[in-house]
Order: sequence, then C-alpha cells, then structure tokens
Amino acid sequence: MPKTPVTLVTGFLGSGKTTLISRLLAHPDMGETAVIVNELGEVGIDHHLLRRVDERTVLLNSGCVCCTLRGDLADELRDLDSRRTRGEIPDFRRVVVETTGLADPAPIVYTLAAEPVVRHHFELDGIVATVDALNGLVEPESVKQAAVADVVVVTKADVADPDDAVERVRALNPGADVVEASFGEIEPARLFGRPRRDPRDFPADGHVHEGGIASFCLFLDEPVDWTAFGIWLTMLLQARGSDLLRVKGLLNVGGEGPLLLNGVQHVVHPPEHLPAWPDGDRRSRLVFIGRGLERGEVERSLLAFNRAGN
Amino acid sequence: MCGLCGVLLSEHWAEESGGRRARGFRVVLLNRVLSHYGLSLSDWAGSVYTLRDRKGRSAVVTDIGMLWAEAEKLAGRPLDPLDPGLLAALA
Repeated sequence: MPKTPVTLVTGFLGSGKTTLISRLLAHPDMGETAVIVNELGEVGIDHHLLRRVDERTVLLNSGCVCCTLRGDLADELRDLDSRRTRGEIPDFRRVVVETTGLADPAPIVYTLAAEPVVRHHFELDGIVATVDALNGLVEPESVKQAAVADVVVVTKADVADPDDAVERVRALNPGADVVEASFGEIEPARLFGRPRRDPRDFPADGHVHEGGIASFCLFLDEPVDWTAFGIWLTMLLQARGSDLLRVKGLLNVGGEGPLLLNGVQHVVHPPEHLPAWPDGDRRSRLVFIGRGLERGEVERSLLAFNRAGN
Repeated sequence: MCGLCGVLLSEHWAEESGGRRARGFRVVLLNRVLSHYGLSLSDWAGSVYTLRDRKGRSAVVTDIGMLWAEAEKLAGRPLDPLDPGLLAALA
C-alpha cells in the first residue's frame, strides 16, 4: 500500500495558517483529507477528519533538540492509520498537520522519518510555511519556518505589498517555491503533491542574511564520492547541525542520473536516485541554509573530503 | 536518516547502499579522519563498529550517525570537518 503523504503547514502566530487551511479544505480537490490541528474550532470544516493534538515532544537520550519525537503526532498518525484499516473512519488520501505558530518543524520531520510505525505508513510530502506580507520575517521562529519550507505562502497580499516579503523569502530560501495569497485563496496543486523542484534552478548567489541566517550554493565540477560525502555530511551535522537548517542538492555520484539529497537539520531523507539528469550540465549542486556557515569554508572542507575519497 | 539518532533506524542514510566493499572503504576513510584525533575504528562482523582511543578505551557504535558523538566523547573535544588542521591532514 502506498504511503499516505503528510503536508506540514507552519507559520508564525497570525500569519494566516488557519485561514489558508480552512480555504484549502473547502476546495473540491481536497476531499479525503485528514487534518491534525492544535486548536479545535478554528478550522471550521466538519466533513473532514479533524483531530486535535497537544504538541508534546519527547526528548531522546541524544539531547539533540531537533531530534525529538513528537509523541502526540506519532500517536495520532498511528491511530488514524489503524482506525482506517479497521474501517472505523473513512479512508483518507492525505494528511495535513497544522502546527502552532511557535513550533519548530524539525521534530515533526524527524517523527515522520524515524518513528517505526509512522514511517511505514506515512511520508512527508512537503513543508508549507505562511509568511505575512505585513510583518514579514521578523521573529526568529518565522525565519526558521521559512528557511526549512518547500513552499512559502506570502499571505495578506491584499493588505500589504507582498513584493518585499517575497524577495526576502527567495533570498533566504532559494530552494522554496514562493507564492502569494489573499484570504487563503490558493490552488491546492500549488502546495500538495508537487513535483520535486530541480535544485539546478536555484540561484547561485542567494547570499542574504535574515536573522543571522544565510543561504549559499556550492557547485562541484568533479564527481562526488558517495562514501566520502556521507562521512563529511554526518560529521558536519554532528558539529554544526543546529546551525544547518536545510541542505538540499543534486549530486553526481557517477550513475546515469543524479542523487537527490534533502535534509532538515539533523534529519536527512533517504537519498533518491533520479533516472536522468535534467540537462547536459552534470555538475553537483548543493544549497545550504544556516547560521554562521561560510561558503568558502564549507566548500574547502567538502572538496578535501571528496579528494580523500577519490 | 537522523545524523545523531540513527540508532533508531534500520539503516543510516549514509550507509544505505554499497554492501561490504563500500563498508570496508568507509572504514578506511573514517580512519583517515579519526586518526587526526587519536582514534581508530574497526568493523565488527559487518554489523557494528568498534571505536578506540590510544588509552585503550573503546565504544561500540551501530552506524555512522552514532559515531561522531562517541568520537567526540573519546577525543574529549569537538570534531569539526571545517577545521583547517584536519583538512591539511587529509590532503
């Protein structure tokens, strides 16, 4: 049975998450959606499966903050799946999880990737972050949410010019799709089940600081030794993982197609072999979003490890 | 999957493919890095690794995700891949 996609909707307090979800759920394409929210009653849709959770994190022995299991979410997902299997609730083909405005998305990503039962039945479809055009990226939480997102929805485009917020989000997270919305009006296809964006489209010079966070891209002309790369990235995640919010890229590991890499803080999704390169350019490309990481330093280190492997 | 908590998972993302040959090569490469910190690593029956320091202390690690935290404990200092001294040693 295919895994059920889970979309995480995050965004700072008052940035329009609930409005976005309410409008989306009213769309005819959004039937058979289970929704997990923090505040019952705000998402006023009664024909959907609606569950409430109290955000509850379980800190694991490693003491790593991002690698905490969201026990509440794991419990809800397991329960949804077993009740679906027993026929106690209608079948659903996707799950939308709304977080609180202050929630850190990383433990949720970790829960989906690591909890043994959950990861067998569910998979992360993507992270959607709402950023309000009026207030933009002011709070550290909203900067982090936008930095790790796959899609950023700039909301309240009716009350403030969204251009500034859109530009700042694009500079912060060159790997994300940025879309504008007023009153939560958006086509579900813009947010759910999207084809993975080719990291080669990312601009090379996304080097702008937002709340101490910078993004940059690295290109590698030489093929990547996968063993050396795995050693390098795991060591980097141990040393600098709390500052490395997102890493994403296409790697030339010598096969027919590239290897797609996607990580949120310490959590790296299983790398995926793509069948073919999108064009004749076979250089590896990696996008990093983090705090206090300097492009030249990271590049020198990666090249040194890669040469040790070759 | 998780760089630090790989112990929970069936197979660490960085060790997903390649079989015994890749595992052997990984141990060789890891030893080039770890020797800079006075540590060494050996494969134990293709299932776990044994990490040792020069004083004879050792730790068993299940995968590369766990390795770095244990290596930091044994070395008594952070292991940073951006450290120019380490990069010079790898050259």
